[in-house]
Amino acid sequence: MAMLLVMFAFILFVVLIVIIWGVAIYNTLVALRNRVKNGWSQIDVQLKRRHDLIPNLVETAKGYMQHEKETFIKVTEARAKAMGASSVKDASAAESELSGALAKLLLTVENYPELKANENFMALQEELTSTENKIAFARQSYNDETMFYNNKIEMFPSSIVAGMFNFKMADFFEIENKAEREAPKVSF
Amino acid sequence: MWELIALNRKKSIFVFFLMMVLLILMGAALGYTVSFWIEASSPVKASIIGGIGAFFVWLILSFVSYTMGNDIVIRASRATQITRESYPRLYNIVEEMKIAAMLPAMPEIYIMNDDALNAFATGMHPEKSAIIVTSGLAEVLSRDELQGVVAHEMSHILNRDTAFLTFAGIMLGTITVMADIVLRGTFFASQNRRSKMSSKNNSGGGNIIILLLIVVFAILAPFFAKIFYLSISRKREYLADATAVRLTRYPEGLASALEKISSSTTPVFAANTITAPMYIASPAGSNIEKEDLGSTHPPIVNRIRILRALQNGGGASYRDYQQAYSKYIEKGFANLIPESGLKENKPVIIRDASKEDNNSSQKKTKRDINDLFIADSGYVSIPCSCGLEIKAPAKFGVTDIQCPRCGKILTVPSITARINKAAEKEEGKRSFSSDEVLQYHRMHPGKWESVLCKCGAQLQLSPLFKSQYLVCKSCKRKIEII
Repeated sequence: MAMLLVMFAFILFVVLIVIIWGVAIYNTLVALRNRVKNGWSQIDVQLKRRHDLIPNLVETAKGYMQHEKETFIKVTEARAKAMGASSVKDASAAESELSGALAKLLLTVENYPELKANENFMALQEELTSTENKIAFARQSYNDETMFYNNKIEMFPSSIVAGMFNFKMADFFEIENKAEREAPKVSF
Repeated sequence: MWELIALNRKKSIFVFFLMMVLLILMGAALGYTVSFWIEASSPVKASIIGGIGAFFVWLILSFVSYTMGNDIVIRASRATQITRESYPRLYNIVEEMKIAAMLPAMPEIYIMNDDALNAFATGMHPEKSAIIVTSGLAEVLSRDELQGVVAHEMSHILNRDTAFLTFAGIMLGTITVMADIVLRGTFFASQNRRSKMSSKNNSGGGNIIILLLIVVFAILAPFFAKIFYLSISRKREYLADATAVRLTRYPEGLASALEKISSSTTPVFAANTITAPMYIASPAGSNIEKEDLGSTHPPIVNRIRILRALQNGGGASYRDYQQAYSKYIEKGFANLIPESGLKENKPVIIRDASKEDNNSSQKKTKRDINDLFIADSGYVSIPCSCGLEIKAPAKFGVTDIQCPRCGKILTVPSITARINKAAEKEEGKRSFSSDEVLQYHRMHPGKWESVLCKCGAQLQLSPLFKSQYLVCKSCKRKIEII
């Protein structure tokens, strides 16, 4: 009789340990998933900030670059497309198009030294460069967090808990920057 | 990496309790010596009271350092805070790194008025942290280099090095002060005893021994505390480099920044033994560092070597850093990076150098940085039409000054406003247009602007003007600045 009691207590003990361990893993998964979500919203915030900066930039540059109408039109159109995009795929395609258009615009600015020397424009350019950097870093940290999260979901033993509570893997954010692709790489 | 965070937490807890014990002992010692000085009846009772008092001191101190630890260290370094508007380039660099590091809140950013090239960070936890950079550094470094330095400091915040160092630093400071007090108390006590040879104290011999022990203790305690503090693993600097490089994806940035820092021999004026370990490079100004007991940082040459190896190797992951470390520093299997870092298997690709702005107006010159400091100390900037900017302290005493360049008479704004108010009160009558408050919307924040008053007078509005109203010189109208 005593043997049975001891066995019962032992099994109960093991079950408790498993439950506690399970709860810990569940909490970790939730925390990681929230970090991924946060990373995604960071990208969103920076993309929106870029949208807000562009009209000012275009207005300032237009005064000096009267004959570059197509460049401005491309930028404005790409911006409208990016702001109107609904699905993630459309958004990422539109955003990379916008990056390309902006890069072309800034390249053209190089030919206008008066514009380059304008105080207002320089401040805007700093903000734009910084926003592009922030988008890149937000993407970077989002991908890092996604990697941690996906690893945790895939690897044993946390994969058991992930399966039980239906944690889905997150997608990596890969931007296809056509402009970057087009730039020739010179090597010696 | 969680192992580092856990280690720092353990060290902090250890210091927490060690300081409690030391402080209580000091308090007891102080109580004992004071009892001699005032010739109290029971030295034992006095030492117990001293011990309990010290316990409360320790409680208050822990609370203060947890809530105000940042501010104490920052104020000791005489730094000025900058905002997005006052220094956009630096603010943006820090914000970029904050996003890359996924820090929960934006750190406060300060500039120290010092030509030396250095930086440090404080913060008891990532939600409330601060990064301090010398003005010399902000002037000299390129964007990539500054980014590397900021990333390094942020890594300290992430790994909780700053939490530990801020806390331990304050404790060390307190112990040193209390030891000093105890020593002085003992000195007085011994003098007192000598002058009252015929005192009723019959356990004379024992008391002298106890006093001697107290003196020895008071001398040694701060010494040991300092040794402990300075012997804190110098490896934390390598670890911060590894994390920084993973954030920036560009090791060359930090490498060339460290190179510039090491080749400058100017020491940091406001640094002392307590704040020294917090800096990115030894603030003592020597560029020859050996790995001995007294140095707070590992040799910069080693750090640069590892970073350059990473840049050439093409990978910036923790594994790459560990490989370079094992190859160049500690040959063998010494593990610098803890397990969780080594487990990351995704390769970390190094990015290209960022194109530095020919946009050098955003990179502030020494004069612009000095303007920030001046504005902070309440100076007022008076522009003359000849182009000269005169900086006068706000409490200047006279209303008019003469421009040293062109001789024109200018009015000092804040004084004028005050004197006008006083004049109005005296005369009892108010200016015809004083009820009218005009409004002016700033069109170019961060730049000088000309404000045209209704009466036709032109006023200059400084980018650093923080008050709500500007007073027109001729018609005395109030203009609200929005």
